Amino acid sequence: MINVPSTVKIAFRALRVNKMRSALTMLGIIIGVAAVVTMLAIGSGASKMIEEQISSIGSNLLMIVPGSTSAGGMRMGSGSQPTLTIWDAEAILKECPSVLDVAPVISGTCQIVYGNQNWSTGVFGTTPNMLNVRDWPLASGRPFRDQDVRSSTKVCLLGKTVIDNLFGSIDPVGKIVRIKKVPFTVIGVLEPKGQSLMGQDNDDIVYVPVSTAQKKLFGTLFPGMIRLIMVKAKSLDALAKAEVEVTDLLRQRHHIVHKQEDDFSVRNLTQMFQIAENSMKIFSLLLGSIASVSLLVGGIGIMNIMLVSVTERTREIGIRMAVGAKTWDIRLQFLIEALILSLIGGSVGIAIGVSGATVLSAMAGWPTIVSPLSIILAFGFSGMVGIFFGFYPAYKASLLNPIEALRYE
Amino acid sequence: MELIELKEINKVYKIGDIGVHALNNVSLIIKKGEFVAIIGPSGSGKSTFMNVIGCLDQPTTGRYLLEGTDIGSLSRDKLAEIRNKKIGFVFQGFNLLSRATSLENVELPMLYNGFSAKERRQRALPALEAVGLKGREKHHPNQLSGGEQQRVAIARALVNNSSIILADEPTGNLDTKTSKEIMELFVKLNTESNITIILVTHELDIAAYSRRIIKFSDGFVVSDEVKKSMEHGAR
Repeated sequence: MINVPSTVKIAFRALRVNKMRSALTMLGIIIGVAAVVTMLAIGSGASKMIEEQISSIGSNLLMIVPGSTSAGGMRMGSGSQPTLTIWDAEAILKECPSVLDVAPVISGTCQIVYGNQNWSTGVFGTTPNMLNVRDWPLASGRPFRDQDVRSSTKVCLLGKTVIDNLFGSIDPVGKIVRIKKVPFTVIGVLEPKGQSLMGQDNDDIVYVPVSTAQKKLFGTLFPGMIRLIMVKAKSLDALAKAEVEVTDLLRQRHHIVHKQEDDFSVRNLTQMFQIAENSMKIFSLLLGSIASVSLLVGGIGIMNIMLVSVTERTREIGIRMAVGAKTWDIRLQFLIEALILSLIGGSVGIAIGVSGATVLSAMAGWPTIVSPLSIILAFGFSGMVGIFFGFYPAYKASLLNPIEALRYE
Repeated sequence: MELIELKEINKVYKIGDIGVHALNNVSLIIKKGEFVAIIGPSGSGKSTFMNVIGCLDQPTTGRYLLEGTDIGSLSRDKLAEIRNKKIGFVFQGFNLLSRATSLENVELPMLYNGFSAKERRQRALPALEAVGLKGREKHHPNQLSGGEQQRVAIARALVNNSSIILADEPTGNLDTKTSKEIMELFVKLNTESNITIILVTHELDIAAYSRRIIKFSDGFVVSDEVKKSMEHGAR
């Protein structure tokens, strides 16, 4: 039986009478909501960026590098000991059940020439599996095949940066480039991946068959020696298991006895990025909670003003009660007023927050994402603040004694 | 079943440790269509009496039957409902909502009993016309004279078809001429529409418009006289 449209109309009128006061009360909510929306946008933008970087190196990855050597008490860095072989890579794929795919890598920096252009870039000898391991599709052309590896074909796949520097607008597929003066046919072009988390250019890359790299480009100490093995686990959950399986297998293959140190090390790349992502999430949660405090303060502002309003309008409340307003009629009247304050404040706050996020990404270059969910959340939250902080004043108003309220001057 | 039946009503206010006996064993009956004036010096209990009759307050002991309903046992919201449906209030200080137009003021009681906006308007307009305020619908209280404001209040009291109007010093803030007009409006409502009017005043010439005068002193009813002649006194 409560007449909501009329109550809303009454509430708007009451708020219009004290325009300045209503606006100042809303300001608290506006600042709070704007802060929450902006913080959420920054937080989700940052985690999106990290996610993209995880997918740019490939997901669920382990990287196995040779261990360090020590000569006469001097320890060399990791990778200085040539222990990993292409057969290790094959064994990992065959014998570790949690492993989806494996790609060996032998790499070095080479000068690469096309026509009168030349460019220095990282050349990676690998197997066809690499594109699967790194979730890296081709933009055009074809990948090299197992057959290319077996017969050490002189073919290569080029990243976008290399193409930009050597070919410009020419279609590179089918053209011959010279890597360390050895002619290679370009058979495919890799999709651009952008920057890695460390700021490296993922697209400044050339892939050639591992056997060709070993024979024609990089001399190896012994046949089959490689610089690292990339392992893709079957799933994120299987990653830890894969790490154990790979470690056990390689210790066995390298005849490492119980207490001896590994002559290789396994790096869990995905985990590293996930740690980064988690800390980003905690960071944005922290920012969000600080912003919520200002929303809370805004809510207290609403409660304060509503209490003043109830006192000022005691006589009006008395009149309404005398002509038949029930407890909930009075309560709803003040609740709706508080709700209108907070929802208008919330809407303005959302608008400011969204434009704030846009300005931040334009000016400071921070990636920001305003998700519809965060807007709904902010709107709902400001409504809840209105109801929560409006309830006590409304409750107080509804408990007034009509006789005393009518007499109030 | 009488309209208003009071049986040994006592009302005691506690002020600190002292109990103030505002009403003392008040028993009386007011029938439908009566025009009653309540008189007495200030502090005699007449305001308390009006609050109890008007269902704004409940007696400490005793029974108050309004059209057979025992008011003493009702909840706050039930009392509000009874005030809304059966009782119209007219106050000395008019008690209109200052930010609302006269039409909206008259519509106010109907806001709390589920009438649609259209029905409210349809009922408020004739009520304003009945008190002689046609053409004043859009005026705010501060644009109206005291007499006009009191007419708006009377229209508000009438609009829900209340059978009782409780008027607490309705002419207290008005000059003699306007007082006379307002009192004549009450008489008209009483005789033509058979509306029960209970009026608190301390002016005898105002009380003279009524047909029954109940005098209060120190919380007791000290006299209760029905005028023999049906003629109204100070016409």
